Amino acid sequence: MTAGVPWQLADAGFDLRVGTDLQPIAEVEEAIRTRGERYLARLFTAYEVQTCGGPGAAPETLAAGLAARFAAKEATLKVLRPTPNMVPRWTEIEVVSGEGGWTELALIGQSADMARAAELAFLRLSMSHGGGFALATVVAVRLTQGISGR
Amino acid sequence: MEEQIRVVLASFGRLPVDVSSLRTTDDLYRAGLTSHASVNVMLGLEDAFDLEFPDELLRKSTFESIGSIATAISSLVGTAAVQV
Repeated sequence: MTAGVPWQLADAGFDLRVGTDLQPIAEVEEAIRTRGERYLARLFTAYEVQTCGGPGAAPETLAAGLAARFAAKEATLKVLRPTPNMVPRWTEIEVVSGEGGWTELALIGQSADMARAAELAFLRLSMSHGGGFALATVVAVRLTQGISGR
Repeated sequence: MEEQIRVVLASFGRLPVDVSSLRTTDDLYRAGLTSHASVNVMLGLEDAFDLEFPDELLRKSTFESIGSIATAISSLVGTAAVQV
């Protein structure tokens, strides 16, 4: 059985990659309560924990924001398209909070290497949470005609 | 070792299937293991076996089956791997 050919009318000079992820907030809250600092340190940067309330904040205070950030990291991985043996550390993908609450993505280490290798010119992030879930969507632009100035 | 791994999976994996019914080669992600649950499984395995997974083993492939988990743990603690 063969699949259909992905639809593309013409070469527009760029391509998009999209990743999205949904994360139950209660699972993150439970992990914070039972695993504490070990859990936080594996998944989140100190900056991310601080922006969600700080290391001394109650699990119920931290959970929604960190669940959204975990979803953002997973959505980013879907855009980066790692192989089974090449997966960036979660802390190599960081959600950066700007004025007004808007968020951006910072990539370091292997995640940056993968974005560079895939010629992803930029990534954009949107997050939300409600109804017990956190949601994140990442859109990346890949320039099919190469990146100027490289 | 395999039994301990199954206990950790049952406790932290949030799998919708009975862990005892899984073969050592069954794909845990297809069985319902999510990325977030795999983090808790990893931490549970570290507690159960008193070890820490190095960066090179924090990959999806390490946790994709009971057998692959056993192989990874064996490489860290130096015991015989589970026969798959």
